[in-house]
Amino acid sequence: MDALILSRLQFAITTIYHFLFVPVTLGLSIFVALLETWYVNSGSYEERIKLKKLVKFFGTIFLINFAMGVVTGIVQEFHFGMNWSEYARFMGDIFGAPLALEALTAFFIESTFIGLWIFGWDKLSEKMHCLCIWLVAFGSNLSAFWILVANSFMQHPVGYAIEDGRAVMTDFIDLVTNPYVVGEYSHALFAGITTGGFLVMVVSAWKIATDEESREMFVRTLRRAVLYTMLGVLGVMGSGHLHAQYLAQANPMKLASFEALWETENPAPFAIVADINQEMRRNDFEIIIPKMFTFMVHNSFSGEVKGINDLQKEAVEKYGSGYYIPNDVCGMFWSFRAMVGAGGLLLMIVFVTGCLVFFCRSKIREHHCCLKLMPLLLPLPFIANSAGWYIAEAGRQPWIVVGLQKTAVAVSPNLSAGEVWITLIGFTAIYLFLAVLAVFAAVMFIRRTKITEEV
Amino acid sequence: MDLNIVWFILITVLFTGFFILEGFDYGVGIMMIGRPKNERGQFVRAIGPVWDGNEVWMITAGGATFAAFPHVYATMFSTFYLALFLMLLALIMRGVAFELRGKLQYSDWINFWDFGIIFGSFVPALLWGVAVVNLLRGLPINFEMHYVGNFLNLLSPCALVGGIFFVLLFTFHGANFLSIKIADVGLLQDIQKKSFSLGLSALFNYVLFAAVMAHDTDILSKPGTIIFLGLSVAAVIMSCMGAKAGNGCKAFLSSTLAIAFLTIGFFTALFPRIMVSSISPDFSLNIYNAASTPHTLMLMTIAAAIFVPIVLCYQAWSYKVFKDRITPADVHYH
Repeated sequence: MDALILSRLQFAITTIYHFLFVPVTLGLSIFVALLETWYVNSGSYEERIKLKKLVKFFGTIFLINFAMGVVTGIVQEFHFGMNWSEYARFMGDIFGAPLALEALTAFFIESTFIGLWIFGWDKLSEKMHCLCIWLVAFGSNLSAFWILVANSFMQHPVGYAIEDGRAVMTDFIDLVTNPYVVGEYSHALFAGITTGGFLVMVVSAWKIATDEESREMFVRTLRRAVLYTMLGVLGVMGSGHLHAQYLAQANPMKLASFEALWETENPAPFAIVADINQEMRRNDFEIIIPKMFTFMVHNSFSGEVKGINDLQKEAVEKYGSGYYIPNDVCGMFWSFRAMVGAGGLLLMIVFVTGCLVFFCRSKIREHHCCLKLMPLLLPLPFIANSAGWYIAEAGRQPWIVVGLQKTAVAVSPNLSAGEVWITLIGFTAIYLFLAVLAVFAAVMFIRRTKITEEV
Repeated sequence: MDLNIVWFILITVLFTGFFILEGFDYGVGIMMIGRPKNERGQFVRAIGPVWDGNEVWMITAGGATFAAFPHVYATMFSTFYLALFLMLLALIMRGVAFELRGKLQYSDWINFWDFGIIFGSFVPALLWGVAVVNLLRGLPINFEMHYVGNFLNLLSPCALVGGIFFVLLFTFHGANFLSIKIADVGLLQDIQKKSFSLGLSALFNYVLFAAVMAHDTDILSKPGTIIFLGLSVAAVIMSCMGAKAGNGCKAFLSSTLAIAFLTIGFFTALFPRIMVSSISPDFSLNIYNAASTPHTLMLMTIAAAIFVPIVLCYQAWSYKVFKDRITPADVHYH
């Protein structure tokens, strides 16, 4: 394997790992902020004490996750220069700005106010303290916006010109109002709410099932988290659907690839399963729902959806000879089904749990077993998040910036395969090691911490 | 003054802020070596509320370099590939350590993470020193702005002198920070004694570092650089005197100035170059051939003019909130 493929592998591994923590930060920061607002505004003294304990409890889980997100994020920022120097040269005039703005407007807020929040319980007024966690939530979600502005340019370049062999920014407003950003950002934001909310649901359910003393307290957070997660799941599905419809114009190759639609069809069927033969550019076997893909794209049962083979021909006309099909159609196809499947399961679970906590509260005790098993479902949103990013980034190939620069020419020319092997193994090893320790610390904390009704 | 010069100054400001703030964070981390658990706890607590905000100065310096001088970002980060990998490992360990060390109360758990903090503070301090020397001496950069040397080129004895110098200077700075943050009288006196001897070794290394630089680079051909380095040395001496007299404030402010003057002197030496090519002066990356377009530079100038002052305000406020000295009792609080 050469430095290029190893660099790609390294970027994929470190990004997916980073994005295990990011959605939790996005969603849980808002949830903890809501919880603290609820505590600050609560009238009775007893209620306040209880809610404060819950804020600190979920705040601690948030902090463990936050630290992991921050340190793995630094790796991502360095990567663009370390492994992708030719990308950085070609794109720096455009890509550097949102990255610098992310640090200036978001990271500083996030990092300063998290310190104030952790250590400021006795030094700040209640309202000021609550404002700190809102600022952390704001900073985190703003940083997601900036990095998705940068990513959206790679998926769908706007507001640029090519001068002296590099892309230069012609209009910053175009860059941040790229329609692609709307889809990516709303999808990521709701995915964060879903992931953060579901984590609270799972932890609360587990505490209700296993910790007699803390039960009553965690029923409160379970109820709130169910509503919060429901909002997230519905939002992520809606935004995902609209974004896919938008892809039909903005990046039809990606859309056709994750649906493995090789030929242009009108109306186009939706394949539930397919045996994809990328070499022959067809599916050897598939189970389809007729007209369904057209319906998903056009909201009606007639309408053309372009297939991969025609799009390849168009790309050759536009960019010259070459292979413009993402090289892992099969992986994209199944990732999409994993993402949607995990999302659908989540919707059901949240709905059932909601019925249990809102309509049969007295029967919670009888459903211990179900609640106890909830942690087994925790991977679902993480699977959906990772699969979603895989589709987004694999679907961009062979381009690093669609239509402007190919991934193959973007890699740092001075790197040897040996050097990248060292870092690939090094990052993977320390990431695995830290994941074990962080999960261990979080689980021990959750098990041991009792939050009783007593004031 | 054109925007390229403005951005050179802004990058200088960001690196100055980074070296001052992370300088004492790293220093406090290195000061934890050989300390008992309760003292290490107080040290960590002293920088606990601010280290993350300080680290963002480095990230912003990196991001701003990317936005203003993309070729510098591309060449520098790919040149220092393995060195940056080491630094990232160190920063990863350090960042996670601050958060996880207090989550469980086993001795081994805390010791392990404290080792992480020490490692994560020492390695970046050392590597930044190495990087600075390499940047001043020049690197084999070809006409395409690509680095054509290897990892071992970066680790010359001369570069290691720079690395050790940075470690000592930052540790000294960290000790001075602790002497304004620690309440326990016995520990405080011990720190101030250490601080004085660290200051003297930093001073000795400063001379060594300057000699090596004078021999190897054109750093002393510029009057501006000589003035700033002179001021920096004077500030180190002032700081030593402060430490000797038990005046923590004076010691800390002086070591802050020492680092600021050193960083400014270093950038003055480079100007208008940012990365020096040892192959040919024509291949060096400077503020013009490595820059973004005037449009992007203008945009970033506006953004920096608005946001840097705001950041300074709320970070200063956060230091004010946490101005109290740390007592041994504070440690269990976290």
